[in-house]
Amino acid sequence: MLGYIVKRLLQLIPTLIGVTLFAFLLVAAVPGDPAQIIAGDSASPEEVEIIRSQLGIDKPLYEQYMSYVVNILHGDLGTSLRSSQPVLDEILSRFPTSFILTVMSLIIMIIVGLIAGIASATKPNSLRDNVSMMFSLFGISMPVFWMGIMFILLFSYYLPWFPSGGSTEFKHFVLPSIVLGLSASGVLARLTRSSILEIVNQDFIRTARAKGLKEKYVIYKHTLKNALIPIITIVGMEFGILLGGAVITETVFSMNGIGRYVVESIQFRDFPAIQGSILFISTLFVFIILLVDLSYSVVDPRVRYEN
Amino acid sequence: MENLLEIKNLKTYFYSENGVVPAVDGVSITIKKGETLGIVGESGSGKSVTALTAMRLTPGKVVEGSINFNGKDLLTLSDEAMRKIRGKEIAMIFQEPMTSLNPVFTIGNQIAEALKTHMNFTKTKANERAIELLELVGIPRPERIVKEYPHQLSGGMRQRVMIAMAMACNPSLLIADEPTTALDVTIQAQILDLMRDLKKEHNTSILMITHDLGVVAETCDRVCVMYGGKVVEESDVHEIFNNPKHPYTQGLLKSIPSLIDSEEETRLYSIEGNVPIPGTLRGGCHFAPRCEFAMNICHTEVPSYKEVATGHFSRCWLHEVEDEEVQNEANIS
Repeated sequence: MLGYIVKRLLQLIPTLIGVTLFAFLLVAAVPGDPAQIIAGDSASPEEVEIIRSQLGIDKPLYEQYMSYVVNILHGDLGTSLRSSQPVLDEILSRFPTSFILTVMSLIIMIIVGLIAGIASATKPNSLRDNVSMMFSLFGISMPVFWMGIMFILLFSYYLPWFPSGGSTEFKHFVLPSIVLGLSASGVLARLTRSSILEIVNQDFIRTARAKGLKEKYVIYKHTLKNALIPIITIVGMEFGILLGGAVITETVFSMNGIGRYVVESIQFRDFPAIQGSILFISTLFVFIILLVDLSYSVVDPRVRYEN
Repeated sequence: MENLLEIKNLKTYFYSENGVVPAVDGVSITIKKGETLGIVGESGSGKSVTALTAMRLTPGKVVEGSINFNGKDLLTLSDEAMRKIRGKEIAMIFQEPMTSLNPVFTIGNQIAEALKTHMNFTKTKANERAIELLELVGIPRPERIVKEYPHQLSGGMRQRVMIAMAMACNPSLLIADEPTTALDVTIQAQILDLMRDLKKEHNTSILMITHDLGVVAETCDRVCVMYGGKVVEESDVHEIFNNPKHPYTQGLLKSIPSLIDSEEETRLYSIEGNVPIPGTLRGGCHFAPRCEFAMNICHTEVPSYKEVATGHFSRCWLHEVEDEEVQNEANIS
């Protein structure tokens, strides 16, 4: 197992090089001259040229890329054009907001999604199943911004229980995580339902019943553990997506997370900030996927990655 | 000997969009204590459904009949009471050892479960007993195997594990649904030997479901032959092989390749036609469309189940005809 982890970590190196290359080229390929933006419209060509050489973008691409990578290895993601602050500091200052929002949303998603999925699968085609699947369809199809606005209307305007925006205290996170969690739980509920229904018809479930096990053991132990692989996959993906910033939710609830930072940087053409955010989010994603892969082997011994 | 299991006139039907499928259609069988009863028949004859109904694990619906086990009617028990019998008093092993064990739990865990559920064993005690059971079914290095997962074992080993699991609580009845079908021949013989030894040691009754007459000859005391959801012939094992009465049983026995006649270069006998698809059966004797002796009446009316010799029952119109002939001869003389 340890060998496998080391091997997977080494395999991350080319992936990460790819990520840096992508982040670098993406910005290099975007039309518009950063130097011109910084200098402003009234600047003379000479002034623009000076800024260009300060930014290092007068050098050939490969040289720019090399110095970009060297800087990353020193923990330097560049300086924001907008605030003149190091990009890494700006990202890290917003990261806790995104992280707390993500974790809380995931908890809600897992609880609601699993309960709804299991409730459906244990009595397929019953009223319980139909109701829970209808709600999950609702969760999947309702746009997050609409749900967010409805929640603000209901729970901070008509019933003033929670603040409508902000990201400094715990209570600020309640509504947005419920919105994100519920909308993501729809997919999880459907996935849980279908994977349980598939497993329940397997021979080994019949064996478990023939042993005289209580039905709750048959479902929660024998069935659920087998159904976990697709569930882990979707939870992992959602983890990565949310951590990379729930742009819309952060905007609706005026939260200072990574998602909003990226959007604002794009609007301002703050290239170092865009580059830095892409790199940061992609790297996180790569590690989450590694974590998902490793957890497969914990759940299913047939996926032990030896040799 | 006392009867352990008495199934009377059992009818298990499946209801689908295409209509009602009478998978088990009036089956009556009894198993005595310590006896091995074989149920033989082709796929779709209803033998597995009969067994699953006895465990109350069939997805079909029991329309009629009773299943008496040790003085209790299994069909009227509460779900909870039935659950307590499953695995403890009646255990079952299945045809497919490759898929019958849960891939994500260790062998030890899966054997220990039944012990913890029915015998209130602690975790350590159940684990020790699991090792003993694995030893009992002839698995080498049982201390290691308890910690392994099903995919690490071969088919024969997994079937041994299934048997160990089934024998965990010393059940009085073991239902074996084609336990050797998925295994190769040498392993088959080992598994059958093992079952015979266990039966001798624990006086367990066995319901052996198979389509393999060799398995029947090896293990069974009595045999029921099933066709199209009905028992068509029943007798002790010697009688079935030496003096089969029903044309279907005769056909089955003729289909066994023989080494003695090989010089004559004859083709191996096979029963004409195909196994009927359940749900397409019409009235009359279900075997009639494939029977070389079929008469008009066979297609329209169901023959009665008659005792043709002591302890030998068969369901065929030929027996009625024979009786009449005997009657006529007696009248003439």
